[in-house]
Amino acid sequence: MNARIIAPLILGVLVLAAWEEAVRAFAIPPYVLPGPILIARTLVSDWSILAPSLWVTLAITLEALAAAVVVGGLLAVLFSLSRWIELSFFPYAIILQVTPIVAIAPLIIVWANDVDLSLLICAWLVAFFPILSNTILGLRSVDRNLLSLFELYGAGRWRTLVHLRLPAALPYFLGGLRISGGLALIGAVVAEFVAGTGGNASGLAWRILEAGYQLKVPRMFAALALISATGIAIFLASTLLSHLLLRRWHESALDAPE
Amino acid sequence: MSISGAPVRVRGVSKQYGNGVEALRGISLDIGAGEFVSLLGPSGCGKTTLLRIIAGLASATAGSVERPVGRGETGFVFQEPTLMPWATALANVELPLKLAGVGRAERRARAGEALAGVGLAGFGNSYPRELSGGMKMRVSIARALVTEPRLLLMDEPFAALDEISRYRLNTDLLALWQRRRFTAVFVTHSVFESVFLSQRIVVMSARPGRITSALDVEASYPREEAFRTSAEYAAACRRVSAHLGEAMAA
Ligand SMILES: Nc1ncnc2c1ncn2[C@@H]1O[C@H](COP(=O)(O)OP(=O)(O)O)[C@@H](O)[C@H]1O
Ligand SMILES: [Mg+2]
Repeated sequence: MNARIIAPLILGVLVLAAWEEAVRAFAIPPYVLPGPILIARTLVSDWSILAPSLWVTLAITLEALAAAVVVGGLLAVLFSLSRWIELSFFPYAIILQVTPIVAIAPLIIVWANDVDLSLLICAWLVAFFPILSNTILGLRSVDRNLLSLFELYGAGRWRTLVHLRLPAALPYFLGGLRISGGLALIGAVVAEFVAGTGGNASGLAWRILEAGYQLKVPRMFAALALISATGIAIFLASTLLSHLLLRRWHESALDAPE
Repeated sequence: MSISGAPVRVRGVSKQYGNGVEALRGISLDIGAGEFVSLLGPSGCGKTTLLRIIAGLASATAGSVERPVGRGETGFVFQEPTLMPWATALANVELPLKLAGVGRAERRARAGEALAGVGLAGFGNSYPRELSGGMKMRVSIARALVTEPRLLLMDEPFAALDEISRYRLNTDLLALWQRRRFTAVFVTHSVFESVFLSQRIVVMSARPGRITSALDVEASYPREEAFRTSAEYAAACRRVSAHLGEAMAA
């Protein structure tokens, strides 16, 4: 255990304790602001309702992220191989990126004509750009002299890509993945808010909306806590992946000098 | 197997960059098979440009270069070690063989030998960041030599190293050259280094880059550390310095 874990942990415990104390001291009713203990209890008591929703949101997020990795990565490679393709397509990738997802979500829901699919498309739309742009940057940031070396030995485009450009782009790609993981979750949640679907296959966003209508504020907070926890878990997983892949060689994964 | 060096003929080479910089003008140079030649000149006089043109990595605006070598028979050592940071020292040295389609087992063996040849036996599994500057440069040299090139082009390979490492690498490079007899073209801006290493020193001047003189260094090989303190060495250095001074004043 080091300071990086202990310090925020202590702060977290202090804030939760102060929160709980304030709720009690000022007798704040739970439908305005529930204390952390009540939220934890709700999490347990409503688990049978929240767990399936957590699973739905998680599944959409991970599917969108996987699609973002595949499409973003492949497009980046394609762009790096052909300047013309990049010049033609990149502006549209930017347009997709800068258009707010809440604004296109209704359109996508109409077109896709299937709630799950439209949520997936929305989450994918916000998640794929960081992977695309970071990977492009990585594929381009190859040492000029290493490129010359590959040319000297007659490596050709394909083998230069496989043995030089892809490994060089890996740290950038992983940086994009970390951002995209968070964005995929945001996309999944926002899209569900816009779609406002009910039924038995609804995700955490719908649980928050539903709990709001019913003034079940503790459940709202419980769902919110699950969304945050999911985001943190995705972030930690991508950080761990990045560490495992880069620790032998990349500066970003080295321990700070003593 | 003994490797014979390849001759190089440079005929009237000029190079103008897109931004209008005239990097080289009318360079003509004959390098004999197995010769050790240094290109000496101030920073910016076009040494790197000329070396890249000789390697075939850049095109000349005018003139021609003849070098009867096949693919993989030219080795190039850059000013920086230029290693792939994600690959071990051994994998870095294996690269040229891998690109030439040599099988895994043979590749391993030859790369291991090349590493041992530059005094790095036992460091095959180290990553570049775990090696010192001098060791990385040795890996880079091993990589250039692993294909047993007939022509070895080096672009100020030791400029960034401390003097102790540089002296040691100079001596080791000469030993390798004497064993293998490849043709060596060595770019440097150090008079002392060029005299220690080469049979012939080609002095260049800047703006536009051109050859102002070529000087023979008669001292016989093997040249050991003692050569650095000999009167012969000092005299040669004085002579080359004078020519370099003229070139820079020109
Ligand atoms: N890619 C390039 N584009 C434009 N100018 C260049 C380029 N490379 C080198 N030059 C210019 O050409 C001249 C010679 O450069 P270079 O061959 O690197 O010299 P040296 O290796 O002797 O220091 C310099 O003035 C440099 O600024
Ligand atoms: Mg240079």
